[in-house]
Amino acid sequence: MTATTGQPATGEHPNHNLTGFIIFLCSESVIFLAFFSGFALLKTSALNWLPAGVDGLEWRMPLINTVVLVSSSGTIWLAERCMAKGNLPGFRAFWLLTMALGAYFLYGQAVEWGGLQFGFTSGVFGGTFYLLTGFHGLHVATGVFLMGLMLVKSFIPQNYAGGEQGVQATSLFWHFVDVIWIILFVLIYVWQRS
Amino acid sequence: MTPEFMTSATFPASPPENRSWTRYFGFNTDAKVIGIQYIVTAFFFFLIGGLLAMIIRGELITPAADLVDRTVYNGIYTMHGTIMLFLFIFPVLNGLNNLLIPTMIGAPDMAFPRLNAVAFWLVPIFGSLLIASFFVPGGPAYSGWWSYPPVSIQNPLGHFVNGQGLWLTAVALSGVSSIMGAVNFVTTILRMRAPGMGFFRMPVFCWTALAAQSLQLIGLPALTGGAVMLLMDLSFGTSFYQAEGGGDPVLYQHFFWFYSHPAVYVIILPVFGIFSELFPVYSRKPLFGYVYVSLASFIIVGLGLIVWVHHFFTSGVPQWMRNLFMVNTMLISVPTGVKVFAWLGTIWRGKLRLTTPMLFCLGGLFNFVFAGITGVMLATVPVDIHVSNTYFVVGHFHYVIYGAAVMGIFAAIYHWFPKFTGRMPYEGLGKLHFLLTFVGANLNFLPMHPLGLMGMPRRVSSYDPEFAFWNVLASLGAFLLGVSIIPFLLNMVSAWVRGPKAPHNPWNAIGLEWLLPSPPPEDNFGEHVPTVISRPYGYGTGEPLVENQAEIERQLTLQEASA
Ligand code: HEM
Ligand SMILES: [Cu+2]
Repeated sequence: MTATTGQPATGEHPNHNLTGFIIFLCSESVIFLAFFSGFALLKTSALNWLPAGVDGLEWRMPLINTVVLVSSSGTIWLAERCMAKGNLPGFRAFWLLTMALGAYFLYGQAVEWGGLQFGFTSGVFGGTFYLLTGFHGLHVATGVFLMGLMLVKSFIPQNYAGGEQGVQATSLFWHFVDVIWIILFVLIYVWQRS
Repeated sequence: MTPEFMTSATFPASPPENRSWTRYFGFNTDAKVIGIQYIVTAFFFFLIGGLLAMIIRGELITPAADLVDRTVYNGIYTMHGTIMLFLFIFPVLNGLNNLLIPTMIGAPDMAFPRLNAVAFWLVPIFGSLLIASFFVPGGPAYSGWWSYPPVSIQNPLGHFVNGQGLWLTAVALSGVSSIMGAVNFVTTILRMRAPGMGFFRMPVFCWTALAAQSLQLIGLPALTGGAVMLLMDLSFGTSFYQAEGGGDPVLYQHFFWFYSHPAVYVIILPVFGIFSELFPVYSRKPLFGYVYVSLASFIIVGLGLIVWVHHFFTSGVPQWMRNLFMVNTMLISVPTGVKVFAWLGTIWRGKLRLTTPMLFCLGGLFNFVFAGITGVMLATVPVDIHVSNTYFVVGHFHYVIYGAAVMGIFAAIYHWFPKFTGRMPYEGLGKLHFLLTFVGANLNFLPMHPLGLMGMPRRVSSYDPEFAFWNVLASLGAFLLGVSIIPFLLNMVSAWVRGPKAPHNPWNAIGLEWLLPSPPPEDNFGEHVPTVISRPYGYGTGEPLVENQAEIERQLTLQEASA
């Protein structure tokens, strides 16, 4: 099968990948919406929210993580700016920095998990905590992976000549992951009293 | 798969050369091939789901539980519902989407052909997974198609691989496949329409497909989220839905119905589209109120998202919630009613042609109106509390799903069969099929209403003898429906193999798809996409749909004469 089937040579139907990706992201956000509303419902109706022996979540480390993730949204924006100006080395530098911040976030998350007194099966509190942070972490990991892919692609000559939709899509995805984290942080760490 | 006709200068596109039938069995990215793959696969599962239905009605023809074991019975109705929805209705509709959307809007294919093929091939994969659950220890899932906890998180035998786990995996994969499909359909409709085809020149089928697929995109993730949590409870020891661990079983019902109520509109909206396409053709009149019919689809989307609690008024939800969702549910009858009146206005004083597709449409419309009435009854909280979980509900939704949706799908198949196979189906067999289906469906599902009002609960294999009379009638109707599939299959197979050759526009219909040869070439119009210059459904007005229409039709007729 030739690749022309979806995109005839006339060019009257340009590449639709970005449209498709945005539609997908809108849909994906509903999973988080479902988890968030489930969390809120379970929390507000719980008799004993915290498992025995646990008196709340430590918020300093997650706050550092929040700062890291939010600033990575800035660096990825700078990377895109560089690319728009045709400054490929600048793009790579900021892109790499974003990846590093993302990786640091994952590291911080892992350290936090390692120090916790409760597990996945410690009632609804433990279940929702690990479900939310885990599912979000999976998205961060996916984002870092996608960025790696785009970085490699940037070394293919001429590949980014006409503006690369993969970069735009990855960057959109990254902002999405960032916004989700802010909501999650407020829900889990700021809203501690029930 | 040669790209030849893409560059050929013939206008309109030349009819396809003989392509091998084996392309239907492999990974093919042509939407017209994928459409047929979907439809054939769906009917394969329709036969399995139908067999299970025959067992159910065989069991219920007598009051005693004498045909199958009670546990087996639970597994059978669970699998019947799951197969019919996730492996029949959704795939068959996606098949129609694949055939109709690109050809109706003049696109060469879907926006993402490869994704399209992957979405299709997931269907036989999760289908096999679901069927395989019959053979694991403990048998298939037995908690009904909605899989409510706590029943669905019991795992009495303690095996990690169990029927319920396989059910959840299959439903999750079905969700992945549907999301892939929805992203594709929405992108295609938004971005690949023919020149001149603004939204208000788009065929209603495309409007309804756009509406239905938007619902998939909004609703399915919620079900997926809820199902992931159910799987965690079942297999990994969490207690999201277990009251004894602080969880809430009703939360699952919210997740489930937040998707599954919209899912009923995912099913019926395209059928509204089919009605809106076919009534004008067979009445020779423009669709009455085209703009309102189109917009009503999106009003249904909006309202359809805020009615889900009507499925569990009896599950201990607060009174304010019951009131709110009762009113919302009733509001849906307004846009739905608009459509019904539009169809009646279309056939009113039209020159009716009672072909097989038209008969199926008329029968489907009749059944739909009946189901709408029982639906509004169910939306009324005091009535619902009386009949929830009885056969009244089963009667209601079978009227919609079999009586309206499946009949509408049959109408679509008979109507567009010539376009995509190049052969004419046989009218005699088609009318026999219609008669058996219409009589069978009403005989099967009408008695369920008195049964429900008398108090017969659903999902039981034995019942009080006072219910016997209506159950016997229902079972006879079911067996009639079982028989009705024979003329259909016979028709499809023999017409495709040796039916009379179909011209490009056998029904004298208006639409881009009827300006293509039958069957259309692989890239449809290729580079010669006609420019649309008027609204669809210009029946009886003599207004052309596209620029140079007379010339295109002359060429098509010439091609047919020389073939
Ligand atoms: C005017 C439109 C409709 C109204 C007001 C309506 C109302 C309702 C209500 C209130 C129930 C819940 C009854 C109960 O469980 O106690 C229900 C069940 C159901 N309806 Fe409808 N409905 C409408 C149209 C449809 C359509 C178009 C479909 C499908 C294409 C549909 C499919 C179903 C199904 C599958 C169920 C039962 C699911 C189950 O319990 O297993 N309905 N309907
Ligand atoms: Cu509903």
